[in-house]
Amino acid sequence: MKFLKFFLIFIILFPLGGVNAEENDKRNKITKNLRCLICQGQSVYDSDSEFANSLKIVVDKKIQEGLSDDQIYEYFKTKYGEWILYDPGLNKNTYILWLLPLLIFLIGGAIIYTRFIVKK
Amino acid sequence: MKNKILPFSVIIIFGIIFFIFYKGLDDSKIYTPEINTKKEIPVFNIKNFFSGENVKSLSIFELDKIYLLNIWSSWCVPCRQEHPFLMNLNLENKVNIIGMNYKDNFKNAENFLKELGNPYKEIFIDLDGTIAIEWGAYGVPESYLIYKNKIIKKYIGPLNQELVDEINLLIK
Repeated sequence: MKFLKFFLIFIILFPLGGVNAEENDKRNKITKNLRCLICQGQSVYDSDSEFANSLKIVVDKKIQEGLSDDQIYEYFKTKYGEWILYDPGLNKNTYILWLLPLLIFLIGGAIIYTRFIVKK
Repeated sequence: MKNKILPFSVIIIFGIIFFIFYKGLDDSKIYTPEINTKKEIPVFNIKNFFSGENVKSLSIFELDKIYLLNIWSSWCVPCRQEHPFLMNLNLENKVNIIGMNYKDNFKNAENFLKELGNPYKEIFIDLDGTIAIEWGAYGVPESYLIYKNKIIKKYIGPLNQELVDEINLLIK
């Protein structure tokens, strides 16, 4: 009985499943943001191709090594370029992608302001 | 005047957006890797195909020699197509061909080499495909021309006579 108590306390204090679940979440989040390069329109998470499966193993290894999400993305970026990321960072090739919605929003706001608010 | 500026600027902005998207139509939606990379070769540990012993990547490639790393597999049909070209390239003895057996069964790989010949100076095993990722590869076959620990050129897909001629030209 005593052993059972200790065992239960141990399980409550050190939830091993929790650690694994956290790692799993991290792995899923990262693989969902990595493009499977040989299967069009699929993320590494969704794909079961040889390439995607190997990539999942590498992601696992990098998580085990204690690398952060950004470090893992950076690693894949150096291997395959920006194309592998679904959520690319802001740089000279992607600034239009990032700034265009903001620009459209500002222009739209300006039109609404001048046409409807100022007229009143 | 004020009334004219607004529609005019809206037209210009939509024109720019249209131009960007129109240009985007020409861009390839398929991954096109860089082939003239000049990247340093990756550092890794790998198992020898025959002896099974672990080897460090830096001990495989000597600085003063030219290497062709070929990623192959017995289950890969294009690898069969390119194999005679690797055999010929090996006969010329100008480049050291290193094989990296990708996600394969040892017996099948051995039979493949018995049947088609062994052009490789050394062969290593990448059982789970993770070393291929270190190289930035995404399938088989792929080949990398290496000199002074740098990737001079990357060949995606099977080698053919044209590419072998190009390799010969590059290593002259």
